[in-house]
Amino acid sequence: MQIAEGSTTAIVDVKNVSYSYNNSFSSSIILNDISFKVKEGDFLGIIGPNGAGKTTLFQCMLGLLKDYDGEITIFGEDTRRNKLVLKKIAYIRQKNFIDRSFPATVNEIVSLGTVGIKALSKEKEEDKILSVIESVGLFEYRNKRIGQLSGGQQQRVLIAKALIADPALLILDEPTTGIDQSTQDRFYALLKSLNHEKNITIIWSSHDLGAVNKLANKVACINKNMFFHGNAYEFFENEKLLKAYSESAMQAHMQLHLNKNPNSSNSNNNGNNPTYS
Amino acid sequence: MQHALISGAAISLVCSVVGLFLVLRRHSLFGDAMSHVAFGGIAIGLFTKVYPIWTAFIVSVLAAIGITKLREFTKIPADSAVALLLSSGLAVGVVLISLSNGFTLDLYSFLFGSILLISIQDMVTSIALCAAVLIVISIVYRKLMYITFDEEQAKVSGLDVGKLNYLFVVLASITVITSIRLVGVLLISSLLVIPNITAMMFGKGFKKTALISALVGVFSVLSGITISYVTNLAPGGTIVLISIGTFLATVASKYSMMLIKGKGEKLVTSMVDQKQ
Repeated sequence: MQIAEGSTTAIVDVKNVSYSYNNSFSSSIILNDISFKVKEGDFLGIIGPNGAGKTTLFQCMLGLLKDYDGEITIFGEDTRRNKLVLKKIAYIRQKNFIDRSFPATVNEIVSLGTVGIKALSKEKEEDKILSVIESVGLFEYRNKRIGQLSGGQQQRVLIAKALIADPALLILDEPTTGIDQSTQDRFYALLKSLNHEKNITIIWSSHDLGAVNKLANKVACINKNMFFHGNAYEFFENEKLLKAYSESAMQAHMQLHLNKNPNSSNSNNNGNNPTYS
Repeated sequence: MQHALISGAAISLVCSVVGLFLVLRRHSLFGDAMSHVAFGGIAIGLFTKVYPIWTAFIVSVLAAIGITKLREFTKIPADSAVALLLSSGLAVGVVLISLSNGFTLDLYSFLFGSILLISIQDMVTSIALCAAVLIVISIVYRKLMYITFDEEQAKVSGLDVGKLNYLFVVLASITVITSIRLVGVLLISSLLVIPNITAMMFGKGFKKTALISALVGVFSVLSGITISYVTNLAPGGTIVLISIGTFLATVASKYSMMLIKGKGEKLVTSMVDQKQ
């Protein structure tokens, strides 16, 4: 289906997605019947406790996991079958994977964002790289090795790498983990400008409810199931919903604790979420 | 000696470049594993009276592709895959040697290298293979760099990571086979690894690190061949000892400079404190 530019049609359509992890000994449900849509220009905050399935959801959306049930289309295409649609998407995950000894400068890492996209002339490509590095406030660090930068700066390098391909959709998976508050604030300001000024659609998972409240216009709560999906203000102004989310997060935390310490006497149910529509 | 120097320079260059990706992927022992598989291939060649380098090449490429596929299906860790390859190749080689005439001069030259005895034909073949590998790497190096930096991100960006990984293991196998003449089966991994870890001590970007690694590799090989020619020492071992020496000298100078810088800063600080 052709998505018209500037229309209110969903550019991301997740329908009844379920995913289980199966091995010879056990099976566990990671996602159960998740459905939501994201329109062009939306800033969707996905919240949920550790183990809720947020990362798995992103991996399904990006076609990194293919054996899920249900349907996911992005810009009208199934990412499991059409790799070309991935060129419109930029994905940023936690910076913890970066090896501090990796011998590459900021310039070289950002230039990786041009790999696989339509080739510009060498001069134009270099100009674009410098422009993007400058837009994230790292121009003076462009020749430094990525391992020499702070966590927040490394995350900005990854953003620059993502931006150089002019993505229409930015997916971020807990990008501020391990970063101090002031750096997080600068990072959030950058995301806000990308969404408001460049109209980049953003899907972002975070534990920071305060930041999600400030930045996102839409919220999705998941904890294996879809707990809530709607406007951000409907969630944050509803005390019952917030309380239910906190209880659910606590239950999930306890369940994780039980899974690690099975002899604990603190019995629990199956971690079922109270449901609110 | 001229053929040896030319071949040695070409081989060290390609080992440095391919080795950089192996080191950064934490697959430093992959070269060792492939060389042991090559040993099995060489034994097959000697046993069947086929030119051993060709049998080594076929066996190595098939083994490299096979182990990559096996890892995809079974998810066995990379170091376990190395152990599997290493022991398989060695076992095949040892059994076939026991069935034939035992260790011969031919086998000795494959185990420890024989660059000083290289013929013009072998030199031309080595240079052609090295050139082919370098040309392919120069075309795909940014894609390989992306996969090495973040394989998941590279997949998301649309790169065919599977095919590129297969291409890389084939190039690495060709590099290992070509290097057998220089340092032998037993010392190949040192050519792949040591120049690169030396270059990484300089703390530069990717291109400069690759360049420094190539310079260190070529220096080690050319000086090693020259010294071994003059002193009648084993060329393979001499080359490796020089590259280890270069690495240790780099480490020593780096930490000496840090000490001097640290003492200098303390001196400046104490002078400033005294003035105040």
